[in-house]
Amino acid sequence: MSLLRRRKPINESDKASEASDLKPQIEKEEDQQEDDNGNDKNKKKIPPRIKKKHVEKPPKWSCLDTCCWFIGCICVSWWLLLFLYNAMPASFPQYVTEAITGPLPDPPGVKLKKEGLRVKHPVFFVPGIVTGGLELWEGRKCAEGLFRKRLWGGTFGEVYKRPLCWVEHMSLDNETGLDPCGIRVRPVSGLVAADYFAPGYFVWAVLIANLARIGYEEKTMYMAAYDWRLSFQNTEVRDQTLSRIKSNIELMVATNGGKKAVVVPHSMGVLYFLHFMKWVEAPAPMGGGGGPDWCSKHIKAVVNIGGPFLGVPKAIAGLFSAEARDIAVARAIAPGFLDNDIFHLQTLQHVMRMSRTWDSTMSMIPKGGDTIWGGLDWSPEEGYSCSKKGERKNDTLIADPGTESAVSQASSANYGRIISFGKDVAEASSSDVERIDFRGAVKGNSAANTTCRDVWTEYHDMGFAGIKAVAEYKTYTAESIVDLLHFVAPKMMARGTAHFSYGIADNLDDPKYKHFKYWSNPLETTLPNAPEMEIFSLYGVGLPTERAYVYKLSHAAECYIPFQIDTSADDEDTCLKDGVYSMDGDETVPVLSAGFMCAKGWRGKTRFNPSGIRTYIREYSHSPPANLLEGRGTLSGAHVDIMGNFALIEDVVRVAAGASGEELGGDQVFSNIFNWSKKINLQL
Amino acid sequence: MCYCAGLLAGSRKLCYVEPAVRCSSVGFESFDQSPKIDQKLDKKEENVISANNIALEINKKRKQPRRQPKEWRCLDSCCWIIGYLCTTWWLLLFLYHCLPITLLQVPELPGVRLKREGLTALHPVVLVPGIVTGGLELWEGRPCADGLFRKRLWGGSFTEIFKRYLKPLCWSEHLSLHNETGLDPPGIRVRAVRGLVAADYFAPGYFVWAVLIQNLAKIGYEGKNLHVVAYDWRLSFQNTEIRDHALSRLKSKIELMYITNGYKKVVVVPHSMGVIYFLHFLKWVETPPPMGGGGGPGWCAKHIKAIMNIGPAYLGVPKAVSSIFSAEGKDVAYIRAMAPGILDSEILGLQTLEHVMRVSRTWDSIVSLLPKGGETIWGNMDRSPEGGHVCDFSKKRLSQPSPSDNNVNNSDVKRGFRVKDPVKYGRIISFGKAASVLHSSQLPTFDSKEFSRTNALQNLKFSCGEAWTEYDEMSRESIQKVAANKAYTTRTLFDLLRFVAPKMMQRAEAHFSHGIADNLDDPKYSHYKYWSNPLEMKLPDAPDMEIYCLYGVGIPTERSYVYRLSPISRCKSIPYQIDSSVHGEDDSCLKGGVYFADGDDSVPVLSAGFMCAKGWRGRTRFNPSGIATYIREYRHKPPASLLEGRGIESGAHVDIMGNVALIKDILRIAAGATGKEIGGDRIHSDILRMSERINILL
Repeated sequence: MSLLRRRKPINESDKASEASDLKPQIEKEEDQQEDDNGNDKNKKKIPPRIKKKHVEKPPKWSCLDTCCWFIGCICVSWWLLLFLYNAMPASFPQYVTEAITGPLPDPPGVKLKKEGLRVKHPVFFVPGIVTGGLELWEGRKCAEGLFRKRLWGGTFGEVYKRPLCWVEHMSLDNETGLDPCGIRVRPVSGLVAADYFAPGYFVWAVLIANLARIGYEEKTMYMAAYDWRLSFQNTEVRDQTLSRIKSNIELMVATNGGKKAVVVPHSMGVLYFLHFMKWVEAPAPMGGGGGPDWCSKHIKAVVNIGGPFLGVPKAIAGLFSAEARDIAVARAIAPGFLDNDIFHLQTLQHVMRMSRTWDSTMSMIPKGGDTIWGGLDWSPEEGYSCSKKGERKNDTLIADPGTESAVSQASSANYGRIISFGKDVAEASSSDVERIDFRGAVKGNSAANTTCRDVWTEYHDMGFAGIKAVAEYKTYTAESIVDLLHFVAPKMMARGTAHFSYGIADNLDDPKYKHFKYWSNPLETTLPNAPEMEIFSLYGVGLPTERAYVYKLSHAAECYIPFQIDTSADDEDTCLKDGVYSMDGDETVPVLSAGFMCAKGWRGKTRFNPSGIRTYIREYSHSPPANLLEGRGTLSGAHVDIMGNFALIEDVVRVAAGASGEELGGDQVFSNIFNWSKKINLQL
Repeated sequence: MCYCAGLLAGSRKLCYVEPAVRCSSVGFESFDQSPKIDQKLDKKEENVISANNIALEINKKRKQPRRQPKEWRCLDSCCWIIGYLCTTWWLLLFLYHCLPITLLQVPELPGVRLKREGLTALHPVVLVPGIVTGGLELWEGRPCADGLFRKRLWGGSFTEIFKRYLKPLCWSEHLSLHNETGLDPPGIRVRAVRGLVAADYFAPGYFVWAVLIQNLAKIGYEGKNLHVVAYDWRLSFQNTEIRDHALSRLKSKIELMYITNGYKKVVVVPHSMGVIYFLHFLKWVETPPPMGGGGGPGWCAKHIKAIMNIGPAYLGVPKAVSSIFSAEGKDVAYIRAMAPGILDSEILGLQTLEHVMRVSRTWDSIVSLLPKGGETIWGNMDRSPEGGHVCDFSKKRLSQPSPSDNNVNNSDVKRGFRVKDPVKYGRIISFGKAASVLHSSQLPTFDSKEFSRTNALQNLKFSCGEAWTEYDEMSRESIQKVAANKAYTTRTLFDLLRFVAPKMMQRAEAHFSHGIADNLDDPKYSHYKYWSNPLEMKLPDAPDMEIYCLYGVGIPTERSYVYRLSPISRCKSIPYQIDSSVHGEDDSCLKGGVYFADGDDSVPVLSAGFMCAKGWRGRTRFNPSGIATYIREYRHKPPASLLEGRGIESGAHVDIMGNVALIKDILRIAAGATGKEIGGDRIHSDILRMSERINILL
C-alpha cells in the first residue's frame, strides 16, 4: 500500500520537473537563492515558488492530494481529541457514569476505611495460571532486542510480529519440563507481574487498589510471582521460588510486629499454595525445612478465590484436543477458519505442542476419579437443571436449589462421562454402550509425518489404529481419562505423573505420601497442623461451566488433531450446547471442584484436616454488568472478573484487617454444593 | 488555526513547519497577489514531489478554462501538509521496523565476549541505586492526584507532570516530605518502585542500570541471583528502615540469595549515594536489634564477597552545598548567564527555584552528601589537597588542539607553568571573586555567633505567591551579614547552613554526622547517625572482603562556588545566587562562578578515591581488619559519534554505567575473580598525591 503510494509521486515528479522547466528563468534563480538562504540545517528544502502572472483557476486536486488532505484531517482531529482527552479532568468519566447510572457505590476500600478498618495482616497474592507475566532473559537469534520484554502478558505484540519465534520461546523442554537449551524465560516479579494481564484487563489491580485505601503498601503486600508453566516443584528447582516465598513471608511477619500473613491465591495459585504449605514443613532436601508448626506460626488465613481444588474438566479438553468451548464455538461459526490448510496456520497444533510442554496444566486434571466426578451412570450433580436457561426463558420459573423437578430428573445429563464420542453415547444408559478397551491397542505407524512440516504433536505417533481404539472406547469417566491421556500423550504424562497425582489416598500415613507429587492434591495430603488457621473458598456461581464433552473424530487428514468437540450436539433439556455439557460454576471451575473440600472434605476434623482448621464457603452469585460503562462489572462471578466483585473484595479486605470467618458471616451459599457433597461417598 | 495545526504537527514530528502557508485569507483565489507556498517539509524527496505536484496541477489549469469552484483554502493546505508528513513518517517508521536488526552494527556487548571466555554467573549480585535515579510511585494522595495510584511520580517518562500541568504544585506537594519529621506528610504516601524496573532506566532511553543488567544476564544472571535494592532516596537512611523496612528487606534478600545460590557470597554494586547507604547498612546489619539488624558480628564476613562502589560519594560532594544553599548548580548558573530573564522572571510567576528549594529541603538524604571531614579533608582558607591542580578544561572547550590532551591531569603535565597562585578550593563558598583569591588574613574573621535570627519581615511572605522558603524568615540584615563574612570553608559551612536552613539541618543532623572521629571506640559512635560517615565508623570485621572504588576522571567537577547577593526584589525568596559572571583566565579553574576540579562531573576525585587510596588502605583505625581496597579509575572519553549514544568509554557520573571497561571489571568480579586478578589499582588522576597531603590520623 505504502509502496504504491510512494511510487506514484516519483513518476509524477519527473513530469513535474519537466513542467518546472517551462517556468521562467527568474523563478529558478529565485529558487536557487531561496535554497542558499534557507537554513539547510535539517535538510529541509524549500519547494520552488510558484508565481502566477495571470488570473488562474484554482488547482485541481489530484487523488494523492485528496488522500493526504484526508489523512491530515484525520490526524488533526485525532490530536485535537487526544489533547482534549488529556486536558480533561481525571474525574470526568466517573462524572458521566454517575450522571447516567446514578451515584456509584463507594469502592469497598473507601467504605471500609470509613468504618475504621486499618492495615493489619500482611497480604500475599498467589496468581493463577496464565495471568502472570513472563519476560525473556536469554533467547535465540530471532528474539534479539527483546531482553526483559514481556513475552506473556502485556500487549502480546510479539505474538503477531513473529509467532513461530514466540511459540519456540514459550515452550519448555519436552523431556525435562524445564528450559530448552539457550532460552531463559522468567516470571516478572513484583506487583506488576499480575496486576493487569493486558492493558485495561485487570486481574489483581482492583484488589490492590482497595487494600491500599486502608493503608496497604508494598511492605505489607507481596505478589508471589512464579513461572506458571512449570510444575510446582520445578519452580523451586529452577528459580527457588518457594524458598523466596518462604523468606518473604517470614520477613513480612517479622517486620509487621508478628502479625500472621493472609494468603490470597487465585485459580491454580490455590493448588500452588497447597503445595507450598506441605513443602515448607517438609524436611530440607525435598522441602523447605520450616518445621512442623511453620504454617500455624505464619499464616492466619488462606483466602482461596475460584480454587480448582479437584481440577477442572476444561484442562482435559485443553490437553486432549487443544480446545475448549470458546474454540469450539469459533469453529461452529466459521468452520473453515481454524482448520484451514491454505493458510498453513495450524494454530491449534502449535498451541497444543506448546501447551503440552507446560507441566502445570496437568495439575488441573480432575482429581479423585469416579468417586468425586461420577461414574458412567451417576454424578454428584445429577438432576441439575440448567436453571440459567429457565430463568432467561421465563422469569417466574425460579430454580429452587432445594427441590429438583421430576422433569429434569428424567432428562438429566450423565456428567460423569467427561468425554463421550457421539451424542447418543453420552445419553445412552451404561448397559447400552459397548466399549472396546483401548489400553492394549497397538499404535500403528502412520504415514510419514513429513507432510506436516514442523508441527509435531504426539498424535502422529499414534497412527490410525490408535485413534480408532480411542474412539471405540466410547466414553470416559474421570478415572479412565487419566489412562486416556497416558495413551495419547505418553511423554507429557510421563513428566506429569512424576509431579502430580490424581487419586484418593486410602491411608494418608503411608510414607509414600511424603513425596512432593502428592502435595498439590487435597485428597492425598493432610492439611498442616494449624488449628487457628482459617481456609476460605470464595467463588462465583450462576454461570454455565464446562463439565463434560461430546467428541467426534475429525475428518481424516494427516496434519490434524484427530479429535474435536462435536459442536453440532445440542440438547435443550440436558444443558448440552455445542458439544459441551455445562454446569453451575464460575465459567471455568465447576462448583463441585471449588467448593467440595471446604464444604465436606475439610469440614470439621477429618482425616484430610487432622487439626480441624475451620473452613468457610463464600459464594458470589453472578449478575452481569448492567451497561457497558460498568466495564466488567462489580457484581461479576466469572473466574477472573470476580476479582473486581465488590462483595468479594470487601470480604478479603475485612479478613486482611483482622476479621475472622465468623465475623464475615460464616458460609454464604447459593448453589447446591452441600447437597452434591453429600452424594459423594468419600471416607473422611 | 493554520498555525496551530502546524505547531501540532511540528511537535509531533520533531520537525517544525515554518508558519507554513501564508494564510492570506483568500488563498489561491486571488492570484494577483501571487500566493506563495513556502513549505519546509522534513523529507526532501517528498517535498519536491509534493510541491512540484502543485506546480503541475497549476500549469495544467492554466491551459484550461475556469471550471471548478473548488478552493484551496488555508485549512486544506494545512491538512494536506500534515497528511504528507504523517505518510512520510509512517513510511519511514515502517521501513525502520522492516530493517533487519543486524543492519545497524551494534558493537558486541562485553558480556558476550566474557561469556565466550567462559565466565558464568557465580556470585549473586546486588545493585544499590543512588539518589534521584530510583523511581517513586504514588500509593495515597490528595484529591488533585486522583487516578495516579501506583503511577510513577518520579522517573519514567514524567508524563504525569505534563498531564497535570495545570497543577505542578500538586506534584511538588506529593514529592515533599514532612518538614518536621522527614517522613510522609499526612495523607500522602509515595513509595519506591520495586524490582529491576526501579532503576534500570531513569527516563525512556536514559539508562542507569539497564546496560549492566543486560551484560550480567549474558553470563547467566537472572531474577534469582540479581537484585536491585529499592529504597526511598528522599529519606534519611535509618528512616527507610523505620518506614519501609528497607534495610531488613535487604538483609533478608542477601541471606536468601546466599543460601539459594549454593552458599556463594554476594557482590554488592552501589552507585553514588547508594555507596554511603550501603555503608550504613554494613554497620546496621551487625548492630543488635533495637537500632540495628541483629545479624551479629560475622554477618558481613559471611555474606559479602566484594563491594564495588561506582562513583562513590564517600566524603560528600560540594554540589550538595550549593543545592541546599540556593537550589542551583553549575547548570542552573549557566542558564542564568545565558538567559537572565527566564529563571528570575516574575511575570511568569514561576519561582521554579523556590519550589525546587522548598521540596528538596524536605529531603534528608541530601544532607548525607554534604562534604565530610571538615577542613582536614577539604582544605581550609589557604590550603587544599588539590592545591596545584591545573585546569586545562577550558582549553578543551576552546578546541585548541593540545598535545597533552589525553593526559591532562597526569602529574607530569604540570611542567613549568604551574599556576602561580594555587586555587583556594578550601573556600567552598565565597562572596565575590575577590574573596575567593585573597589571602585569608585579608578577610574578615568569621564568628558564628553573629548569626542571630531576627524576626522575619512578615509582609514579604504574603506578596510572594505560595512558594515559601525559610529565607523568608530571615531579615535583610542577617542576609547581608552572611555575605559579609566573605568566605566559608567546610567547617564554617555548617554554621552557615544551620543558619539559613535551620529546620532541615536540625532534622537531618539527627541522622547524619560530618566530622572526623578522634577516638572510634567512644561509645557514642555506636549511634546510627555516624554509620554513613566513613571517617566516623569502623569497617566490619571481614578480612576476606574487598572494597573497590570505581569512578571516572577527566571531567571538570564542581568544587567550590563564588556567590553574590541576588538583586533585591520583593518576591525573590532566595537571596543568594551563584555569580555566573565571574570567569578566570584561560587556564584557570574558575568558570561561571564555579571552581572546577578533576572528577566525574558530580563527585570530585578526592571524595571518591580518598578512602580507598588512604583512609582504608592497609590496616588503619577505620579498617581494623585490613579489608583490601582497590582503586579503578576510568578516563573519560566523549562519544566519538552520535551513534554511540552516551558513549562506551564515558567517565561521567551516570554514563559510566555504560563504560565497557567498568562493566568488564564488575562481571569478572561477579564471576569469581579477585582484585589482584583484574589488575589491582588503575589510577589516572592525582589521587595518591592529594591523599598524601591530607593529614589525618590513621
